[in-house]
Amino acid sequence: MTAPTPHADVSAAPPRADAPLPSIEGRSRGDVVYHAVITGFALVVPLLLAAIALAIAIGGWPALRQFGFGFLTSSAWDPVNGQFGAAPAIYGTIVSSIIALVIATPMALGVSLFLSEFSPLWLRQPVGFLVDLLAAIPSVVYGLWGIFVLLPLLRDPVMPFLRDTLHLGATGFFSGPAYGPSMLAAGLILSVMVLPYIASVSREVLYAVPRSQREAALALGATRWEMIRHAVLPFARPGIAGGIILGLGRALGETMAVTMLIGNRHEIAMSLFAPGYTMASLIANEFSEASNDLHLSALMAVGFVLFVMTLIVNGIARWLVWQVARRASGSAA
Amino acid sequence: MSATVRPTQRQRAFAERAARTVRGRKAANVTMLTFLSIAALAATLPLLVILLHLVKLGASSLSWNFFTQMPKPVGESGGGLANGIAGTMILVGIGSAVGLPVGVGAGLYCAEQAKSRLAQVVRFLADVLNGLPSIVMGIFAWEILVRPLGHFSAFSGGIALGAMMIPMVARTTEEMVRTVPNTLREAALALGYARWRTSLQIVLRTASAGIVTGALVAIARIAGETAPLLFSAFGNQFWSTSLKQPIAALPLQIFSYAISPYDEWHSLAWAAALVLIALVLVISILARLATRARAGAGHGD
Repeated sequence: MTAPTPHADVSAAPPRADAPLPSIEGRSRGDVVYHAVITGFALVVPLLLAAIALAIAIGGWPALRQFGFGFLTSSAWDPVNGQFGAAPAIYGTIVSSIIALVIATPMALGVSLFLSEFSPLWLRQPVGFLVDLLAAIPSVVYGLWGIFVLLPLLRDPVMPFLRDTLHLGATGFFSGPAYGPSMLAAGLILSVMVLPYIASVSREVLYAVPRSQREAALALGATRWEMIRHAVLPFARPGIAGGIILGLGRALGETMAVTMLIGNRHEIAMSLFAPGYTMASLIANEFSEASNDLHLSALMAVGFVLFVMTLIVNGIARWLVWQVARRASGSAA
Repeated sequence: MSATVRPTQRQRAFAERAARTVRGRKAANVTMLTFLSIAALAATLPLLVILLHLVKLGASSLSWNFFTQMPKPVGESGGGLANGIAGTMILVGIGSAVGLPVGVGAGLYCAEQAKSRLAQVVRFLADVLNGLPSIVMGIFAWEILVRPLGHFSAFSGGIALGAMMIPMVARTTEEMVRTVPNTLREAALALGYARWRTSLQIVLRTASAGIVTGALVAIARIAGETAPLLFSAFGNQFWSTSLKQPIAALPLQIFSYAISPYDEWHSLAWAAALVLIALVLVISILARLATRARAGAGHGD
């Protein structure tokens, strides 16, 4: 307001004929430069993503070419003899992520529904904030907590309880010695880590469900739960699915906490008590100590597979959430 | 409307419900409501438990020495993580120098050219980048900066963190710039301001509080990142502030000390975690208060 500008003399209405007029399109030289600069910054984003994809693809290419499709299905990981297969890491990534989602989804949905449907209004902000804060804790701090608090807990009461007291050992999923570092530990810590992502997306989606949907259900004599089940959830379903898949994307790529808790063994074991590997933890563990170029390339190829997987998963999640946003704004109008 | 309401299916569902006894329906209602309340409680519990442990185990090893001294050799208690604190500051500084201008610029572009094809692409890809595993960023930094130069360096670590910041800052900047009322822009343009001045002096300045908040949150997040630094900054046992040398960082020290077998190192790791968390929490709470104050000023609800 206070800064004098070249065109500040608008009050002297018809400008003198000889005065230099700003171009009719409203584009001074400054505008052209400014536009070019911010366009340049905006272009950094796609270029960065392309550079990442390219760098990792090139780095992983020698291993992918040598092992072909077998890289994804083979369990061999022998740096000395130059045999590499990512199957155990892919298996571990998927299993630990599924454990995380199975535990986190009911909790996240529970807290979101609680906040959107029957918590007192004053509770919404603080509880939502507390859950969101989980996303702010660094991964390595989760790992630290996991090593010194979660693992001892698992080793002593939890794992023997599941295996012996509940006799779940017979299923094969909860058998074997209870060392602590295990697929189960990784899945548990991941469930806490993805909880805020699922919760915040489903909360937003639930808030976006039009009041009229709820009122219509209640007017028909539905109980609160029936209203949720038949009016609220169907409306929000794609968005909640998007939130869960977004959480999946996070779980797939989580590195530090998992590396510290999963036990880091290159093996596919049925028991969740057994140690395993995920793609991210495999890279974190071996990359800086890779013994030769092929080993390094194999690790980059693992990174490339992880990159592609998270890309697809995140793409689907965004699309689903975006759909609900469109639907909500459509019916509100 | 027609897209969301499917009358036949809905009517059938309600007819089924109505056939049940009212008591059964009420019991289901109470059961589910109880379950949801318990889930809500359970979801807030992990944070409190983790914070409790951090304070309990971290506070005891936190002293003035922690901030001023170097790590002691194994077996000697005491010592601090001065090198990691300095390293984290340097890494975050480089990251911010790269990430903030680019992120704010990209965010401005997306907000001002909201309808353009490029803005839509950038918005989507920024979300994709945000969802990218941080370990992938670490490999990337190694491939383009460490491998060609032949050594780990603080510089490469800073760049990796900066690259992570770009999409975060771009998205929050865009959101904040979009909250600036159009009338402000129009007023500035009507007064004869060029578009670039309107954008920088009116729009950006109006949105600046929100943008600073977003930037702080991004800084807090990258300060705790470990995976991108594993093969770039690499860590350093000694005092180093050179950008060309490997450098220590608090998250890296937490990682290596946590998996070490020494009790003294464990307590240093807890103290470092407490410092990191305190930083993150303070920034998050400040950001929360700032955005809520602004939202409250804007409209009633």
